[in-house]
Amino acid sequence: MADWVDAIATTDVDAEDVIRFDHGSRTFVIVRDHEDNYYCTDGMCTHEDVHLEDGLVVEATIECPKHSSIFDCASGEVETPPACENLCTYPVKVEGGRVFVEI
Amino acid sequence: MARDYSMTGPDARRAVASGLVTEKWYRTPIDRKVMKALMKRSDQPATRDTVLLFGLMALFAGGAIAVMPSWWALPLWLAYGVLYGSAMDSRWHECGHGTAFKTRWKNSALYQIASFCMIRDPYCWKYSHARHHSDTIIVGRDPEVAIMRPVMVLKMLANLVGLLDFVDGIKRMGIHASGRMLPDEQDYVAPVFHPKTVRTSRIWLGIYAVTVAAALVFQSWVPLLLIGLPRLFGCWHMVLTGWLQHGGLADNVLDHRLNCRTVYMNPVSRFIYWNMNYHVEHHMFPLVPFSKLPELHRACAWDFPAPNASIRDGYAEMLPALWRQRTDPDFHLRRPLPETANPYHDGPAAQAA
Repeated sequence: MADWVDAIATTDVDAEDVIRFDHGSRTFVIVRDHEDNYYCTDGMCTHEDVHLEDGLVVEATIECPKHSSIFDCASGEVETPPACENLCTYPVKVEGGRVFVEI
Repeated sequence: MARDYSMTGPDARRAVASGLVTEKWYRTPIDRKVMKALMKRSDQPATRDTVLLFGLMALFAGGAIAVMPSWWALPLWLAYGVLYGSAMDSRWHECGHGTAFKTRWKNSALYQIASFCMIRDPYCWKYSHARHHSDTIIVGRDPEVAIMRPVMVLKMLANLVGLLDFVDGIKRMGIHASGRMLPDEQDYVAPVFHPKTVRTSRIWLGIYAVTVAAALVFQSWVPLLLIGLPRLFGCWHMVLTGWLQHGGLADNVLDHRLNCRTVYMNPVSRFIYWNMNYHVEHHMFPLVPFSKLPELHRACAWDFPAPNASIRDGYAEMLPALWRQRTDPDFHLRRPLPETANPYHDGPAAQAA
């Protein structure tokens, strides 16, 4: 059963930016878009094992730092190749200045 | 040691087994806020350069047609050729990374045009270049090694006028048009794109057929000088600058400072090459647009070997190494790092030695 995990403070990540979040043996990224919405996706690009923590966030998309695949952070949908598989996304809620992720 | 550059040979298996196929490449530490600013996209620089590029191409080609059959047409066709056969290579490259324009459709449009000019299927080469960035100059993994070892001088000279690349491009286009993919492409191109490759090649074959037919009907070289032939007589600038990217440097390492070269160049070459002379910087941080590479270069200078001062200086360093690699394929250059730099990350090959 999934649990809500206290991941980061809202101020840990700037607007239109990304931060890495590790939990147990798994790795994720938390993205804050240009309108201060938060998203959580798997940390690794689905094309190759490249972590998205160094990627480029534009509005609510994240671009892999190695091969430029772009993913929609809300749905995880891949928008440009070379990646072909969507990212897994996880529900997020913000309470008391903290970002919680349901994992 | 002998090298097998095919994607399906023993060196490909050896690269995987020895741990060279990995994400653990060295990266110069750069503050996230600085990197974020460097990665920021803008339409303006690429729009300016694209208007200039197509404007110059129209000017040179129009001028050449107007003065034919005078010999004055020759330099105009040569200038047009360099823009078609060399500048389009750098546009293909930058738009393939998606970094030229902020607006995605502009990247895609210029990418398709440049891919056609270079006779590179846009989908196969997207994946080929992704692999080049994943496994830069890893033998058996990188499909874009321009100078293989042992160095074969005749092969290099043939490619100075695009002979091998042209023939390879036409061959692949024909095979794709027949509905098939080559074995190396099956290794690195996602199957979902195979039908798009086939469709593109058939459209391109149609364009070339119309071009040849126009040349025959009008009994004129002009259609072929506009489309197709400039890939041969105009690619020399791409080849000469491209050799400098990795020539004479290490293979099978996990540090772009060891296998890439940054060379200061004149403004004309930088326009044609779209700043890819900052090649170590580009490989280490491929999301940084061409227009920001000089700035990235300054941010990384403390950690990088000194750049070559000019194209001539780059060749003075590279040519003796290539000459030696004709008979000694293991030889490579290893440039000193500044005292402020982090040590080189040679990877598993050095650890095993």
